[in-house]
Amino acid sequence: MSSRRIFRPLLALLLIGGAGVATSAQAQTQPKAPDTMEQRVQGCTACHGSHGQGTDNDYFPRLAGKPAEYLFNQLQNFREGRRKYPPMNYLVTYLSDEYLHEIADYFSKQRPPYPAPAKPTVSPETLARGKEIVLNGDASKNIPACAACHGKSLTGMEPAIPGLVGLHQDYISAQLGAWRSGTRRAKAPDCMHEIATRLTDDDVNAVAAWLSTQPAPKNPVPAPARSMKTPLACGSEPQ
Amino acid sequence: MKRKSLFALSAVVLTAAALGSVLWTGSDNLHNGSAQAATPADQAALVKRGEYLARAGDCIACHTVRGGQQFAGGLPMATPFGTLYTPNITPDDQYGIGKWSSDDFYRAMHTGRSKDGSLLYPAFPFASYTKVTREDSDAIYAYLRSVPPASVPSRPHELRFPFNNRNLLIGWRTLFFREGVYKDDPTKSVEWNRGAYLVEGLGHCSMCHTSINMMGGPVNSAAFAGGLIPLQNWYAPSLTSNKEAGLGDWDITDIANLLKNGVSQRGAVFGPMAEVVHNSLQYLSDEDVRAMATYLKTIPQKKEAPETMQYETSEKFGGELFELGKKVYGDKCATCHSANGLGKPPAYPPLANNQSIQMPSAVNPIRMVLNGGYPPSTGANPKPYGMPPFAQALTNQEVAAVVTYIRQSWGNKGSAISPQQVTDLRSAPLD
Repeated sequence: MSSRRIFRPLLALLLIGGAGVATSAQAQTQPKAPDTMEQRVQGCTACHGSHGQGTDNDYFPRLAGKPAEYLFNQLQNFREGRRKYPPMNYLVTYLSDEYLHEIADYFSKQRPPYPAPAKPTVSPETLARGKEIVLNGDASKNIPACAACHGKSLTGMEPAIPGLVGLHQDYISAQLGAWRSGTRRAKAPDCMHEIATRLTDDDVNAVAAWLSTQPAPKNPVPAPARSMKTPLACGSEPQ
Repeated sequence: MKRKSLFALSAVVLTAAALGSVLWTGSDNLHNGSAQAATPADQAALVKRGEYLARAGDCIACHTVRGGQQFAGGLPMATPFGTLYTPNITPDDQYGIGKWSSDDFYRAMHTGRSKDGSLLYPAFPFASYTKVTREDSDAIYAYLRSVPPASVPSRPHELRFPFNNRNLLIGWRTLFFREGVYKDDPTKSVEWNRGAYLVEGLGHCSMCHTSINMMGGPVNSAAFAGGLIPLQNWYAPSLTSNKEAGLGDWDITDIANLLKNGVSQRGAVFGPMAEVVHNSLQYLSDEDVRAMATYLKTIPQKKEAPETMQYETSEKFGGELFELGKKVYGDKCATCHSANGLGKPPAYPPLANNQSIQMPSAVNPIRMVLNGGYPPSTGANPKPYGMPPFAQALTNQEVAAVVTYIRQSWGNKGSAISPQQVTDLRSAPLD
């Protein structure tokens, strides 16, 4: 197939631009799709797992059990372009706030088992550094402990702070990197951007590594709203 | 082909340049109206009507960026000649159209010239908007004056030489632009004429759906005209060919449902058409949508679909793909679209006898399999069912196989497709 041959069609494509309509006749006797959210979120579960448990792919994170408002904020961030991942931006572009809330609620109520924690792949020193930042922060660099907002058991807090266990190391470090560079954003004040810019590459690596090796607690539900006094103001979490 | 069309293009450019600089000469024949109603109540009604008409014109789609302030512009529109950025059309005095009069606005809509007289690029669909009445233009103007101003400068276009010379648009205008308000066809019904006015005018449907023939020759002219349409790598089917989305054998109700709700018994909208329903069509009255459907259904059927644009596959390879595709379909597709291909409409569209699946271009079904998609939330369909993306789950060979399978099953008569085309479309823009 010569490039000329395909180029010509592409020109035609340019002209005709872009829209699609799937069509067909008949259909009266066909069964109806069940009127459930489970059916409706199949666009999500192909990547995020049938109950939002996440998959082996590092970049398709667990959704199940995260606070509904956190999940809603992320869906909205994707829709409004504050988070950038084209396949996600594309899927949610034309969905209403009300519907995104229902999708978020659905996954927040799912309780699939957590995956086995990852085996450490970094040095004990790195793990220790990660654990220190997560549980105690680093006062010398004005880094608060992750646990100060995400909870002692790292399961987040209602209504909008996510849990941090059950996520892959690469996913966590990619998110911290994206916050630092500004490609992942949240409503102002963007507290995670502020914190991430205080972390070095080594810090990011250590935090991600340690978190990914943590087992889920027995009762992996987010802490109740306002049960912790958070050290920073966050636009996505009502104060 | 490529070289030939570029040659044709440069001829147009040279002709245009030879004509010299042509700017608005200040003739004042359009300055005869004001978009200010007599009383505040009338003004409110005018603004409301303008909002409705701005919806019908889908102004927001191009003049707003994802998550940005409405009508503040800045949306990049990629073309082979460079990138255009849509301007700020909020009533900001410095950066928007705050200092525009209703005459200036009508001149842009009607003649494709900016306030300073310079020629507008036809990414702004003035070839359609020229059909809009002065009265409707004034209402849209009044509405745009009522939205919050955005103090955001319009971003300069990034067009390569010589396309950055607006005078070359004289050539384009000579070929493709006919100025004039829509004129009713007295042999047709009021409803039909209303539909035609909306489809050909504010709806600017032809920007994507125009068949190549209307451009006076399939590909040569397309290289020029088409270049000014965004590169989205979605295929807007011909609305005139029954091989594609030709609407001749559709019920008016199905067409109207598709336009207003985003779903119907015969199919769902996706890709750029989902955007149109989301931002524009769902807000139109039932009467207007039905009028559009009535008109669309009567567009004369043409026998020939636009030239096909597929890689060829051998019969033997096509057969192998079909067998593999059958297996993939059973694993991934049949629970929703049914083993018999009839789907569970309107949630899961039927694939059997579906023009969008079997039409000569396989771009849309390939992209649906790769990217999935949700139709828009609309009043009548607030919680649409969605199709998952399979780009992450299937190889190019598997995608080609399953698309080949659905193009050739249940009486569908599409050609087998090549994995190479899937490879190409993996990089199609999603945002």
